[in-house]
Amino acid sequence: MKAIKEKHPLVMRWTHWINFPILAIMIWSGMLIYWANDVYTVTIFGHTFVRFFPEWYYNLLHIPQRLAEGMAFHFLFMWFFTLNGIFYVIYTIISGQWRYLVPDRHSFKEAWLVLLHDLHIRKTVPPQDKYNAAQRIAYTAIIIMGIGSVITGLAIYKPVQFYWLAWLCGGYHLARIWHFTLTVGYVLFFLIHILQVMLAGWNNFRPVVSGFEVIDEQPEPAIETISEDEKA
Amino acid sequence: MKKPKKELTVDQKIKRRNFISFTIFGAFAAGTYAGWKWLYNSPEEITGITGGAHKPLRKALNKTELFFRRLTFSENHLVKTYPKSMAAKVVRHNSDIGSEGKLPPEQWKLQVTKNSGAILQISLEELKTLPKTEIVFDFKCVEGWDQVSHWGGVKFADFIDHYKLHEEAKLEYVGLETPDKQYYVGIDMPSAIHPQTLLAYELNDQPLPGKHGQPLRLIIPVKYGIKNLKRIGSINFSKTRPHDYWAEQGYDYYSGL
Repeated sequence: MKAIKEKHPLVMRWTHWINFPILAIMIWSGMLIYWANDVYTVTIFGHTFVRFFPEWYYNLLHIPQRLAEGMAFHFLFMWFFTLNGIFYVIYTIISGQWRYLVPDRHSFKEAWLVLLHDLHIRKTVPPQDKYNAAQRIAYTAIIIMGIGSVITGLAIYKPVQFYWLAWLCGGYHLARIWHFTLTVGYVLFFLIHILQVMLAGWNNFRPVVSGFEVIDEQPEPAIETISEDEKA
Repeated sequence: MKKPKKELTVDQKIKRRNFISFTIFGAFAAGTYAGWKWLYNSPEEITGITGGAHKPLRKALNKTELFFRRLTFSENHLVKTYPKSMAAKVVRHNSDIGSEGKLPPEQWKLQVTKNSGAILQISLEELKTLPKTEIVFDFKCVEGWDQVSHWGGVKFADFIDHYKLHEEAKLEYVGLETPDKQYYVGIDMPSAIHPQTLLAYELNDQPLPGKHGQPLRLIIPVKYGIKNLKRIGSINFSKTRPHDYWAEQGYDYYSGL
């Protein structure tokens, strides 16, 4: 029989969807800023694999010559990004939702099974609580990354006043590199996230908007049956 | 009489809840989009002391800067310094606005306007008789690059003391301009009298080269490079924000680090 099962609490849905445009704006305005000193590449043994970013990419997104504008947007939306993140973390702690989200001691082994299953290498379905092991790791990592973005961001923004944050990041110069790398991480997360959501289907997506999933429930027996153990 | 409500079936409940939440979701998405459009197309501020930014964004910039300044700024927070050996030999240089070419030293005097209206004319030789302070620090450009460099000159606070500018230093701001008035910056007083702020006349133990603001430039490590005015021609003090080259181009007025 069809039944409604509550899945994602209201606060988690709102913070999730509020974060989406904010993060998009932060990444976009971050690129406007990065353009002014676009020195990062992925270079291994003298061979450059990726250059951030090629000219056509900048022109396509109208990025050049907008440093001041980028900073103005970035320093406004950083507030929303940070406050929304803090609110989410506090909520997960108080509501107890963190129990579903934080990896436990089985998660790292199980995440491997999730990966093999998702890649169709293994048939056995790994244990799926509200979130499976790979999700626990991913959704916890993304929060740590968010905290990392705020810390490295503040270290770049006020390296003298927040000298201890700059120190924590390995100095001003390195803080900018971390800040950029984390952003690349978000983009990779986003791509995999979208792919997984599409593969998981409607019943998995809907709860992120409406909160509930539809399950097939065994009707509960009207009369309590005595279990075999108790009889014995 | 009200009829007692019939309990909804599961399918009805699903439909109903989906309808409500997706309507709200759609409204949220539309609202976000409209809000973004509004901000993105919001009018530019009228250029005064600041310019070039969207009005609401300028407001946010000012407020945010004030928040962080009040929360964190302390003249005891010193910029990290490095050993001289780490200082760059080839020092990066971005812009020549107001400081092109070389200025014959005999044609240059620093002009300082006092509250009384009197103007001090100070030669480089005279400045060099004041105690010299050196600093090796990581110079930070608003573009995002940074470079360890070594500067020598007169501490701005020493300069204030020596020329008895204490009354002037009670005002909120210092304004500095190049001799041709092409480049100009405004600095808040706490940053100006910060113990690491210099009127620099040396780079790597040598007199300043032309492209680094010869004969005298501002080195203010608690600010981005855009505030480190090259080739100072005049200094004045004021209660209100002096005009500032890059603040007129959409950058934050304070630009503090």
